[in-house]
Amino acid sequence: MAQRIGAISGPTAAGTVVALILAALVAVLSRADWPVVFGPADWAVLRFTVWQATLSALFSVAFAIPVARALARRRFAGRGLLVTLLGAPFILPVIVAVLGLLAVFGRAGWVSQGLGWLGLPPLSIYGLTGVVLAHVFFNMPLATRLILQGWQTIPAEQFRLVGQLGLPPAVVFRTLEWPVLRQVVPGALALVFVICLTSFAVALTLGGGPRATTLELAIYQAFRFDFDLGRAAILSLVQLAVAGGAAVIALWVLPPIVLQTGRDRQVQRWDARGLWPLDTMWIGLAAGFLLLPLGAVVVSGLIGLGQMPASVWSSTWTSAWVATLSAALLIALALSIAAWLAQARWGGAEALTLLGLAASPLMIGTGWFILIYPWAAPVRFALPVTALVNAMIALPFAVRILLPAMRQVFVDYGRLSASLGLHGLALWRIVLLPRIRPQLGFAAGLGAALSVGDLGVVTLFADPEVATLPLQMYRLMGSYQTNAASGAALILLGLALGMFWLCDAWGRRHVAG
Amino acid sequence: MLQVDGLQVVQGDFALSADFKIKAGQRVAVIGPSGAGKSTLLGAIGGYIPIVTGRVVVDGRDITNAAPDKRSIAMLFQDGNLFPHLTLAQNVGLGLRPALRLTADERQQVAHALGRVGLGDLGARKPGDVSGGQQSRAALARVLVQDRPLLLLDEPFAALGPALRAEMLDLTSEVARHTGATVLMITHAPEDAERAADQVLFVDGGQVDAPRAVADIMANPPEALRTYLGR
Repeated sequence: MAQRIGAISGPTAAGTVVALILAALVAVLSRADWPVVFGPADWAVLRFTVWQATLSALFSVAFAIPVARALARRRFAGRGLLVTLLGAPFILPVIVAVLGLLAVFGRAGWVSQGLGWLGLPPLSIYGLTGVVLAHVFFNMPLATRLILQGWQTIPAEQFRLVGQLGLPPAVVFRTLEWPVLRQVVPGALALVFVICLTSFAVALTLGGGPRATTLELAIYQAFRFDFDLGRAAILSLVQLAVAGGAAVIALWVLPPIVLQTGRDRQVQRWDARGLWPLDTMWIGLAAGFLLLPLGAVVVSGLIGLGQMPASVWSSTWTSAWVATLSAALLIALALSIAAWLAQARWGGAEALTLLGLAASPLMIGTGWFILIYPWAAPVRFALPVTALVNAMIALPFAVRILLPAMRQVFVDYGRLSASLGLHGLALWRIVLLPRIRPQLGFAAGLGAALSVGDLGVVTLFADPEVATLPLQMYRLMGSYQTNAASGAALILLGLALGMFWLCDAWGRRHVAG
Repeated sequence: MLQVDGLQVVQGDFALSADFKIKAGQRVAVIGPSGAGKSTLLGAIGGYIPIVTGRVVVDGRDITNAAPDKRSIAMLFQDGNLFPHLTLAQNVGLGLRPALRLTADERQQVAHALGRVGLGDLGARKPGDVSGGQQSRAALARVLVQDRPLLLLDEPFAALGPALRAEMLDLTSEVARHTGATVLMITHAPEDAERAADQVLFVDGGQVDAPRAVADIMANPPEALRTYLGR
């Protein structure tokens, strides 16, 4: 039997990732003060982390259900665009969204101004409210897409039957929509919960203080402000246990994640003809909730473009190459692992990649800081480590995007390739890469956009000289240079969307028949 | 020449056994009800299904444990015989060199093969831009350049209409005559066997009967074959 493709590189890539995480874990453990003391402040951090993730999951999914139902029932101009837009928050830099949310819901934002005219006090979204609001902004669209996909698995013939029999919406809900919802909602809740558990950038910008600090943020503070490696170590362990435990539980209920856009199937619906005002309201609410903050970023960004310090441009360049490096690393790792798993007979392989969601970027960063520290100035490794950690965080998503496509190639062309003697590099070059090109472009774009917008591990290492664009923007916000920060936000938004678009468009070009 | 000695194949709870010999250049139709083991037989000879016991010998060489591309076999499957993202010429070229870096001489060979199957000027097209019959012709052009002593056909023309299928079977016979290959083809239609085969292998319930001349077996079919044909 010929050597399978990825039989060596796949386990090597997966092993490297696991080794990098374990090395960080060991380094962190070596600095922990035994016996471990988990004080009242740490308990407060843990409670807040779980509580905000619970609320974020509940609100995201509760908002998503009526929106998804409205989108499933209605056909209107711009609907496809709106469904595509629901995928956008995934590649939107967190700090850009935060700036947009502040412009709309902040103390000096549009809503507060409106309240002021009515003689009401302004809103304040710092603390739990802001953290949950931002999480809902990012995860309501994700939940909506999951539910929408679930309902789209209902055969169109059943809705034709509904029209034929003239069934009222309540009956349609009970017989068709509810059974699917019951399957999808636990998974959506679990996914949002896990994502929010490891939230850092949102907590850094909108949370903080004793009452609104997540575990990730507490690791950062212990490390950066107190240089208390023992406490950082304990918090990292707790983070790993909590997020890892949640991810394992989530594996049981998780629906398959389909991130691709433009696969929206049109189904003619005859039910709910009289309910259009309700649906219009939900679609309008969702569109406003997503579009207003983005619009605010664009408007204030255009005003701020002229007031930016030159450092913004140098960090734009830095971010661009860090993201390029990160995307290249991501693709190398993801291709090897996906090729290996695509031929594995073991069904659990795919699910295991999700465990990567539980790995805390700040824990990995802290560990590698400790490892590098005795040998060299960690600051010098800030950008390569950032690129690597970003690639590792995006890896579960990339593998899940590539794996089904790759599996299909082996099903469709495995025997033909074998009969023609296509092995190794020739198999990659002539068969695999051309066949999965759309997925490859999409995954690379996702990796680049996630890396470009990431405000995480780089905050641990950063020195005043070198900064990525999100870090630069965070510093401008911290020093109240709001206009300059807005300008940087617009550039960051353009860079993230631009890099995603570039990769995705490359993938879509010459899509093979 | 194809020699199958005491072959045993097990797939789940299905078992197939075969023991037969085919002379070089013979065209053999493999006939039998669905689930009888026709595809299993071709899969085992082609190297896609592990062989438990027995030997497969092609032109005096034991290929029982060789990789699919090292078995002196060209094979066409029910579907997916061409890569849709490659041109017809590239698809044919794969039969000469899997790495697709062809010499001028080899490119000439590809063009010649395309000409022989009537696709002389379509080499630059992709499979999606030509008809089903033309796709089959391109696959046969590849068989031509592969120039292997044994050709296995797992119903590659099943999706074509009757007239087109007959045309492809004639072309297959022509290609086989040109390369001198022995042909084993699965078919459901007795008229296909009568048109394009010299012998028939009847497969039923995991048993492969000894090959018989087409005219002989059609004139005087055994009980199981009569049931299958509905005669």
